Amino acid sequence: MKPPRFDYVRAESRAEAIQVLAAEGADARVIAGGQTLIPMLSMRLARPKVLVDIMGLAELGRIEHRDGTLHVGSAVRQSALLALPDLARVQPLLAQALPWVGHAQTRNRGTVCGSIAHADPSAELPLVLIALEGEVHLARRWRQRKVRAQDFLVGMMSTARADDELITGVTFPQARPGQGFAFREFGRRHGDFALTACAAVADAASIRLAIGGVADRPVARTWGNLTGSALEDALNELAHALDARDDLHASARMRRDLVRKLGAQTIAEARRCRD
Amino acid sequence: MPRLSAETRHAITFTLNGRKVTAEAEPRMLLTDFLRHVIGATGTHVGCEHGVCGACTIQIDGQPARACLALAVQVQGAEVRTVEGLAPTGTSAGEGGLRLSVLQEAFRRNHALQCGFCTAGILMSLDAFLREHRDPGEAELREFLSGHLCRCTGYVPIVAAALEAAGALREGGADV
Amino acid sequence: MPATPQTWVGRSIARVEDAALLTGRGQFIDDLGVPPGTLHAAILRSPHAHAAIRRIETARAKAAPGVSAILTGADVERLTSSLPVGVRAPIKCWPIAVDRVRYVGEPVAVVVASDRYRAEDALDLIEVDYELLPVVVDPRAALDANSPRLHEGLGSNIASERQFRYGDPEAAFAGAAHRIGIDVTYPRNSCTPLETYGVVASYDPGEDSYDILSSFQGPFSIHSVIARALKVTGNRLRMRTPPNSGGSFGVKQGVFPYIVLIGVASRVAGRPVKWIEDRLEHLTASVSATNRATHLEAAIDAQGRVLALAWDQVEDVGAHIRAPEPATLYRMHGNLTGAYDIRHVSVRNRVVVTNKTPTGLNRGFGGPQVYYALERLMQRVARRLGLDPVDVIRRNLVPADRFPYRTATGALLDSGDYQTALDIALSEGSLADLEERRSTARKAGRRYGIGFTAVIEPSVSNMGYITTALPPEERRKAGPKNGAQATATISLDPLGAVTAHVSSVPQGQGHRTVLAQVIADELGLKPADIVVATEMDTAKDAWSIASGNYSSRFAAAVCGAGQIAAQRLRRRLAAIAATQLNVRAEDIELADGKARSRSNPGNAIAFGRLAATSHWAPGTLPSEEATAIRETAFWTPPELTAPTEADEINSSLCHGFIFDMCGVEIDEVTGAVRIDKYVTMHDCGRVLHPGMVAGQITGGFAHAVGAALYEEYAYGEDGSFLTGTFADYLAPTAMEVPSPVILHMETPSPFTPLGAKGVGEGNCMSTPVCLANAVADALDIDDIDLPLTPAKIIAAIGEAEPAAPRQTGGANAAAGAAGAGRALHGSGSAHVHAPVQAVWSALLDAKVLASIIPGCHGLEQVSPTHFRADVTLGVGPVKGLYRAEVKLSDLVEHRSARLEGRAIGALGAAHGEGLIRLTAGADGGTLIAYEYDAQIGGKAASIGGRLLDGAARIVIRQFFEALSRRVGGAQRPIWRAWLEQILKALGVRP
Repeated sequence: MKPPRFDYVRAESRAEAIQVLAAEGADARVIAGGQTLIPMLSMRLARPKVLVDIMGLAELGRIEHRDGTLHVGSAVRQSALLALPDLARVQPLLAQALPWVGHAQTRNRGTVCGSIAHADPSAELPLVLIALEGEVHLARRWRQRKVRAQDFLVGMMSTARADDELITGVTFPQARPGQGFAFREFGRRHGDFALTACAAVADAASIRLAIGGVADRPVARTWGNLTGSALEDALNELAHALDARDDLHASARMRRDLVRKLGAQTIAEARRCRD
Repeated sequence: MPRLSAETRHAITFTLNGRKVTAEAEPRMLLTDFLRHVIGATGTHVGCEHGVCGACTIQIDGQPARACLALAVQVQGAEVRTVEGLAPTGTSAGEGGLRLSVLQEAFRRNHALQCGFCTAGILMSLDAFLREHRDPGEAELREFLSGHLCRCTGYVPIVAAALEAAGALREGGADV
Repeated sequence: MPATPQTWVGRSIARVEDAALLTGRGQFIDDLGVPPGTLHAAILRSPHAHAAIRRIETARAKAAPGVSAILTGADVERLTSSLPVGVRAPIKCWPIAVDRVRYVGEPVAVVVASDRYRAEDALDLIEVDYELLPVVVDPRAALDANSPRLHEGLGSNIASERQFRYGDPEAAFAGAAHRIGIDVTYPRNSCTPLETYGVVASYDPGEDSYDILSSFQGPFSIHSVIARALKVTGNRLRMRTPPNSGGSFGVKQGVFPYIVLIGVASRVAGRPVKWIEDRLEHLTASVSATNRATHLEAAIDAQGRVLALAWDQVEDVGAHIRAPEPATLYRMHGNLTGAYDIRHVSVRNRVVVTNKTPTGLNRGFGGPQVYYALERLMQRVARRLGLDPVDVIRRNLVPADRFPYRTATGALLDSGDYQTALDIALSEGSLADLEERRSTARKAGRRYGIGFTAVIEPSVSNMGYITTALPPEERRKAGPKNGAQATATISLDPLGAVTAHVSSVPQGQGHRTVLAQVIADELGLKPADIVVATEMDTAKDAWSIASGNYSSRFAAAVCGAGQIAAQRLRRRLAAIAATQLNVRAEDIELADGKARSRSNPGNAIAFGRLAATSHWAPGTLPSEEATAIRETAFWTPPELTAPTEADEINSSLCHGFIFDMCGVEIDEVTGAVRIDKYVTMHDCGRVLHPGMVAGQITGGFAHAVGAALYEEYAYGEDGSFLTGTFADYLAPTAMEVPSPVILHMETPSPFTPLGAKGVGEGNCMSTPVCLANAVADALDIDDIDLPLTPAKIIAAIGEAEPAAPRQTGGANAAAGAAGAGRALHGSGSAHVHAPVQAVWSALLDAKVLASIIPGCHGLEQVSPTHFRADVTLGVGPVKGLYRAEVKLSDLVEHRSARLEGRAIGALGAAHGEGLIRLTAGADGGTLIAYEYDAQIGGKAASIGGRLLDGAARIVIRQFFEALSRRVGGAQRPIWRAWLEQILKALGVRP
């Protein structure tokens, strides 16, 4: 279980990192915290020719409040975001979901953007990004763009990032007055991949529920302020629409149950928090 | 822009348990192998090499992290602390030349280790945790410990040792 | 609870082992230096569960940087003998595949290189040509004479079959008021020590001898097995163990085939060779407990007394009957009646081979499998007859006045008072509290259940029990096997310091500490005065076949041998002291670091000075026999006799008693089981070190919680292995394992020197079934198998599911049921802007195929409908290079075609079939509809099962998107193509 050979570039500027990506394309991988990439290398699932390490780039290591959003640079570790004073007020959904990301020991290395970049369908951070309708910031030579979360996460471990693009950060909308947030997750053990994870945002007029761990990417629905059997029907429709699968750890039936029941609990909690 | 070639070894300088160390590694070398087989610090153990078991947990810049999920080249310039650096320096005659930290001593008293293979990682995690959490509850401790697998003890004595160490640190105001 | 206040034994002193382990100074096998020039091995393993090896191409790997040697089955067959097989049949068992692979993970080639990284690089360059064979995975299916055969020499997949009859079971069943049966399927699991296997082997051609350091744990009967395999006499195989071992729980017995394999590698390479198993290798291909299918029936009288048992056990040992199997099946043979007084028993034992990893020792060894059936049955008896489950247990326990008690199948239960233990557990553990919790929870509409179990925990195995697998006439031919030789050596050095050595190979059980306590008590010293060594060296140490660390033999047997050696030294020292102090030897006592006269304690000599006498002044000794320098004691209990002609076997020397009860609550939303309270009552004889006994109980309990709720080595129907990482093989963490309430009583064993019995394995036997009984009670159900996963619980709750609202779409693909393997089924459709004819000809055109098969490079057309290609497949950063073959068949022009593909590469193997249908669309385009069936095996399935469905769908979607683009023309807006042209012209990649 040892990684294959690769060159290693410790980028000293954002431009340098982008230059390597432009030159090497799919043969280059950005390494940030490495908590997903390094086991892939050790198992030889990934064989990049060159790794570009962006953790030394101060410009990517900042968490900033920008126009009602929280901008998290791609060298920001998960533990740093979790430790942000006031996170529970600025964006309660992040404060609730982050402790579910791996374990404290991996959050100390893993980055927020790295988790989103890998687009694991069970991962918490892509789910939160979808739930909050956040954006991913990408840069390549000559051009930068912003991609909406639902357009960025295109499938199982697949994103809209082009091979020569660098993720420079993500933005999460900050909580607005009247919004309530809740996060629930069920895994076999604490810290395991979610069998089903739910993130809910509720305000006076609507509810938005995002589900992870069921489809091949996190999926969200926005509904009016449904209650009672209308909400049950909506959850049931979502449960069936997600194309749940049987696997080693859960049955499709169980996952649909979790969407319906855990989903309802999460929405109820988000509503309580709104009030 | 320094590009380290896959084919050759490159010098990496970092601080290990308070001392500056320089050693060479290929870019692909895991930090576990670098610490153990290049530098000879074999107290950090390798249990799974995919980041789940926690046996290889060390402290990088003061924070517990998996050494198997880091490349040697990534610790250039970092402060690394391993189990070898946990006991207070200096010796005391009574212990046959060995002094243990409050946490290590609590582990010994509570039989919180059997084979000792996972122990280094757990100690490195708890050492950092207890510095920031002076009065942890059992539930909080168990959640934090869930980043480690121990196959011998059933965790009961580990939790007891950690609680005891926390108490001793509060009373003594001592360092972990 | 010290036995007597003045002894060291019975006290929880600090362990001498801990100082090194707490400071990073442990000496585990991978921490030790190796001789300069030592090479490193990596092992290529089979991605298939069953296949013939047509060819292994190693030339490219041999030429890779740093590579010294490559071994395949042919080399190993040439240089070694087959490992002995546990049954009489003309079959072979090699440590590496020879001509055929029979399980996923079976070694196929070994690369020896300058370091592990380079050895693994070279693995990627070896090409193996496999011809797939049908597989058998389920043990019940393996009973079928027509199931795919693993070993031609066996004539079937049944490796061993024996029937036994004790008492008059037929009459008991005929006369019984009730006949109640149960079918259980016990899964595969493993205690997975955190340190993996390790071997450092060195071959000396001058002496034709091997020196092999390994993390082997015993029994050293395996030394003979390895020596025979390596074709050397025993004195030319020096086996050593390092000072520390990172856990074993039986599992490190299974390193022995690698000792042979790496030994041969060293011989071929001409240099020492080191191999440290990695975690993926360990999970896939080390050893596990056996999985077992059991049908058990009981004859019951009107009061709930069990009169007779009828066992039918089908034991699955995996692909080879590797030593010591079928020992898992026979370890409990004397104890098939559990803690109960049952006089009539019939047994049918069948051992089958399947396309799974060979099994071996694992904590509890045979106990979990037996008790899962027996104790589930006892609960069912109570349920069916409307009795209190505790009453059913109590009514059947062996009465306290019957010890030593001979069981129907031959075990001699040494001591106990099961009724008293039960009473203490119910009162001190408070059954009333559990019942209160259940009643409160149920009133609130929650699902809460209580489970009970009574088991006896056997320890110190009879080395002869395994011969029960042979019929008496074959045993007569082979000669009797019995006993359990334990050994200890104590030495006094010229300064009078005491050193002891035992061949016990501990893996964290604190042997050095406890032996120091035992010896200190005999010699009147402090434990700190005694240094105990436990590393093994078969060239220099006293050892025998039973040496090693298994069947919980340390406290009962090894400590006893240590005590005997110390007593012998004490007697000699007393004789020497008597001459020096001018008193009778009987008047001498060793205490407080001195030898002194009991009648006149002032008349004394320091222990060190006395102990040095035999070195410095042998001329002053009272006799030659009094020399006190080194004493080796061997001890074997006379009770461990060979099986009788009637197949009665006292399979173990000691029998502890455990009574467990627990309360669990089920979360109806998630199906999770929460252990609310767990009480475990132990009588393990005399407790030598309470702290360590507690640690053995909490540790065994944690393993048992894992086995009950989380852990399974899962296989697909195609034999693919599905739990190849610690993210899929779920060992419980501190969040999942509660603190059990531990209770004790002490009934010393009359058969062991110190009165101690084993204690380390009991909860692995009692706890899984106790939790299952509680879950069955909570859900009010009859049948449930381990592990008790949320999916099983939700299915058992059996609530109707809300129907899908109208057509939701999307849900048109489904993988097989949980655990059914990596069989992927799916379907989909794509619309292409091209007429049917264009799509059809594209599908048959090699050039077009080459451009639309994802990651295709170098497509070769073998025939008009047969293509070969190298393809790079994957999603995101995960990429693998595969050799692929694609065949088209069932061609119905412009309508439909069948596509069959096969791919093999470093990440595993895939095989799939799809049907493609073309329909002309109204807009002049074509609707392509497809269905597929695929199986993915090897590394990808073992480590990435969670993600495979999605990944496969992406690759298939890529294929159709490419087809669509290729035949349908550009889908991109014209402006974008134009812009890209301009950027390209400017030297910027599009």
